[in-house]
Amino acid sequence: MPKIIVNVMLKDEILDPQGAAVAAAMARLGFDFAKSVRQGKRFEITCQEKPTQADLESARSAASGLLANLVIEDFTITVEE
Amino acid sequence: MRIGVVQFPGTLDDDDALRAVRSAGGEGVKLWHKDRSLRSIDAVIIPGGFSYGDYLRCGAIAKFAPIMDEIINSAGSGMPVLGICNGFQILCEAGLLPGALTRNGNLHFLCRDQEISIENNRTIWSNDFSPSEVITIPIKNGEGAYVADPQTLRKLAEEDLVVARYVGANPNGSLHAIAGISNETGNILGLMPHPEHAISELTGPSRDGLRFFTSLIQKSLR
Repeated sequence: MPKIIVNVMLKDEILDPQGAAVAAAMARLGFDFAKSVRQGKRFEITCQEKPTQADLESARSAASGLLANLVIEDFTITVEE
Repeated sequence: MRIGVVQFPGTLDDDDALRAVRSAGGEGVKLWHKDRSLRSIDAVIIPGGFSYGDYLRCGAIAKFAPIMDEIINSAGSGMPVLGICNGFQILCEAGLLPGALTRNGNLHFLCRDQEISIENNRTIWSNDFSPSEVITIPIKNGEGAYVADPQTLRKLAEEDLVVARYVGANPNGSLHAIAGISNETGNILGLMPHPEHAISELTGPSRDGLRFFTSLIQKSLR
């Protein structure tokens, strides 16, 4: 079934201590390619049918009112068939 | 004076808040998150804990509770509101206070006594303190780092809306060492440390916390 994917990330200017801890662990484990890590959230919303434009607008208002706090976070919305 | 104390699923500190209200000379009124009536209260406290398990973000689900509609309405018309710890997070999520509370800078859950300075003693909740008074009350939080955009921080400073700051080493990475802020009209206070745990020397580090409650209650009696 199709899914609406909402990815939520802390804004760039907000300190992400969890991401920093992951980056430190990667460095300890020898994953030298990693310069820094930011950690976010992914929401998979399964839909009955292929989401319409109106569904995507609703998803956008759910993301801005509930899934993300726009004071500290940004989000993106995509659809997976 | 009737002071409501809200209980959400996962609230921890409602009993201590009710006890603090009684110690300060008020009448505590238990409110349930599904209530749609504020039961003729004169002020409300949103206590600490982990409302709805802190799922999604601290306070993110609680802001949609039925009781919050009533609180948001009444706060807008001047009812005193005190949000402590999770209550502060809920007030920010609900848009009653600006900014947000995020993960402590060191990722540690902190539980200890903390010195804070009272930066504004002219709010409804802080008038029983002297200007710049330093007090010791507990902090216990994992997501207590206050953040806001630069314009908001400037406004908080210019309009004297920072009510309390951490003294000494910043415990959680809060911007400008902010421990508590109020709205422009001073009826809403969000506080990360826990005054309700510092109302008697038997159970707390001091009795300093009691004065947040007497600020409101004793003034109404005078």
